[in-house]
Amino acid sequence: MRALVGVKRVIDYAVKIRVKPDKTGVIHENVQNSMNPFDEIALEEAVRLKEKNVIKDIVAVSLGPPKAQEILRTALAKGADRAIHVEVDDKIAEKIEPLNVAKVIAKIVQNEKIDVVFVGKQAIDDDSNQTAQILASLLDWPQALFASKVEPEGDTFKVTREIDGGHDTIRVKLPAVISTDLRLNEPRYATLPNIMKAKKKPLEKKTPSDYGVEIIPQTEILEVTDPPVRQAGVFVDDVQMLIAKLKEKGVLKQ
Amino acid sequence: MIIYGRFASSLVLAEHGDGKLNMVTLNAVTAASKLGDVSVLVTGADMKSIAQQLTKVEHVKRVIMAEDEKLKVQLPELVTNVVLASQKRFGFSSIIAGSSTFGRGIIPRVAAKLDVSPISDITFIHSENTFSRPIYAGSAICKVKSLASVKLITVRGTAFSPANIGGGSGAIEIAPSADLDFAKTEFLSQDVSNSGRPDLQTAKIVVSGGRGVGSSENFKLIYDLAHKLNGGVGASRAAVDAGYAPNDLQVGQTGKIVAPELYIAVGISGAIQHLAGMKDSKTIVAINKDPDAPIFQVADFGLKADLFQAIPELIKALE
Repeated sequence: MRALVGVKRVIDYAVKIRVKPDKTGVIHENVQNSMNPFDEIALEEAVRLKEKNVIKDIVAVSLGPPKAQEILRTALAKGADRAIHVEVDDKIAEKIEPLNVAKVIAKIVQNEKIDVVFVGKQAIDDDSNQTAQILASLLDWPQALFASKVEPEGDTFKVTREIDGGHDTIRVKLPAVISTDLRLNEPRYATLPNIMKAKKKPLEKKTPSDYGVEIIPQTEILEVTDPPVRQAGVFVDDVQMLIAKLKEKGVLKQ
Repeated sequence: MIIYGRFASSLVLAEHGDGKLNMVTLNAVTAASKLGDVSVLVTGADMKSIAQQLTKVEHVKRVIMAEDEKLKVQLPELVTNVVLASQKRFGFSSIIAGSSTFGRGIIPRVAAKLDVSPISDITFIHSENTFSRPIYAGSAICKVKSLASVKLITVRGTAFSPANIGGGSGAIEIAPSADLDFAKTEFLSQDVSNSGRPDLQTAKIVVSGGRGVGSSENFKLIYDLAHKLNGGVGASRAAVDAGYAPNDLQVGQTGKIVAPELYIAVGISGAIQHLAGMKDSKTIVAINKDPDAPIFQVADFGLKADLFQAIPELIKALE
C-alpha cells in the first residue's frame, strides 16, 4: 500500500502571533515555524502502519514556499520514504487555499498510484478544516475525518472519528482519505541519526504547473485585525465576593 | 433584515440527531437570512416531523426533504449528492451549514464538486460576498471577500442568534432524486455520551475543568458545580489528554467553541488554544491558585484559590 501524507509549514503553535500594522496579514518574519501539529499526527500514523508492514511507501508532500523544504526534511527524518515539494514563491504561498492544495495532491495521488492519503484535520494557521474533504470529493473517494483510531482490515480501514457529543466508527474502502485528530497518536521526535539519513532521501522539486494546476485564489483577504480585547477584570477575595459580583452583574439570579 | 441581491437565495443544511433538530441549524438560518431567501434541506430516514418543525422557523420559505433509508446516518458522501441535486434544481447563491462535524464533513465536499473555495467558520457577514472569520486560533480576525460563484459556508453557531421557531410559513418540497449508491463508506456504530447535562454548545452557563482538577474522580466537583448551575460541562485539552474528561467535552481551537453567558474556568491555565474556544463568553470567571495563569487576563472575575476548597464552598453557597 502506498500512502501520501500532506504536511504544511505553519507558524509554531506556541508563538503568540502578531498582526501587521498595515492589516494585510500576520508577521511571518523572524517567527518560529514548524510542521502543522495535526500533520505530524498524520505522518506518525502512516509511519506506524509502515512499521506494521501495512504500508510500503510513504510520500510526504508539501505545497508551499522554499522553506517548506525544511518540514519535508523533518518528515523524511520521522520516517517518510521520499518527499515532493511543490514550490510556490512566498507571495503566492500566502494566498493558497485548500482547494488549490487538494487539486495538486489529487494529481500527485494519480501519478504516484496512492492508496491512502493522511492529512491533518486542520492547519492551525488558517483553521480551515477543508483539504481532506475537498481532496476526497475531487477523487470521488470516501473520507474518514477527525480520526482518533485507524485500523486496517484488508482493503478497508476501520476508523473511529471524533464527532460532536462522542465518537463514531465507519469503514472506508480503499482508496480513501483520512484526516487525523489530536487523539490519534503521540508523534515521535526525529533522532539525530535519522535527521542525517533524511538528507540522503529523495526530495523532488515541482511546481503547480507541473501538475497542470494554476493557483487561482477565490478568496481575497481584505483585512487582518486583532480580535476585540476583553476589558481587564478584577480579582475577588473569596467565594462570597465572587457570588456577590456575579449577582450584581445579573449573571446569577438574586 | 438586509437581503443582498434581488434573486439571492440560500440553502441551509439542517442538522439533527435522535429525532431532534440540532440547534445550530437555527443559528445557520439566521446567517442565511442575511444572504437571501432561505431554503432548508433536511435529509434522513424519517424526516416528516423535523421538516414540519422547520416550516415554522422564521425566515424559512422552503423545506426540501430527502427521505431514504440510505440517508439514515447522513454519510457526507451521500448527503453531498442530495445537496448537488438540489443546487442543480434551484441554483442557490449560497449553501450554509453550522461548523459542526456534520457541516464540516459536507460543505467542502460539495464545494469541490462545484469547483469553489469554501469559507469556514464565519463569525460575521458584511455583505453577500464579504465575511469575517477567526484565524490562528482566534488570535486574528480575517475579513475576506469570496469571488466564488456559489458561497459555500460554515457558520460559527455562537456568532449568530438562533432563528425563532414559530412565525415561519415554509412549504415542504420533496428533494430531487440523487445518486445514493456510494458504497465505499459504511457506518458501523456511534457512541454519543449522554451526560444528562445541557448541551455544551448551547448552555447558558459552562463550567470547565483543567489539569488542576487532578483526576477523573475529582472531575465530579466540576459536574456538581455545573449541576447546581444547570450548566454544561467543559474541559481543557490537558484535562482530556490526562483522561479526566471525555474528548467531546474539550473546549478550544480543536474542540468546541462556546460563548455562554457565564464561563467558569476551574484549574485551567488558559493556553491560546483553550482561549480560542471560550473567549467570546459574556462573563468569564477563573478559579486558579496560580495568580500568573494567563486565564486571569481574560477573566472578568478572578479568584486565586485552591479549587478543592473554593468549589465545594461555591456549591454550598449556591444551595
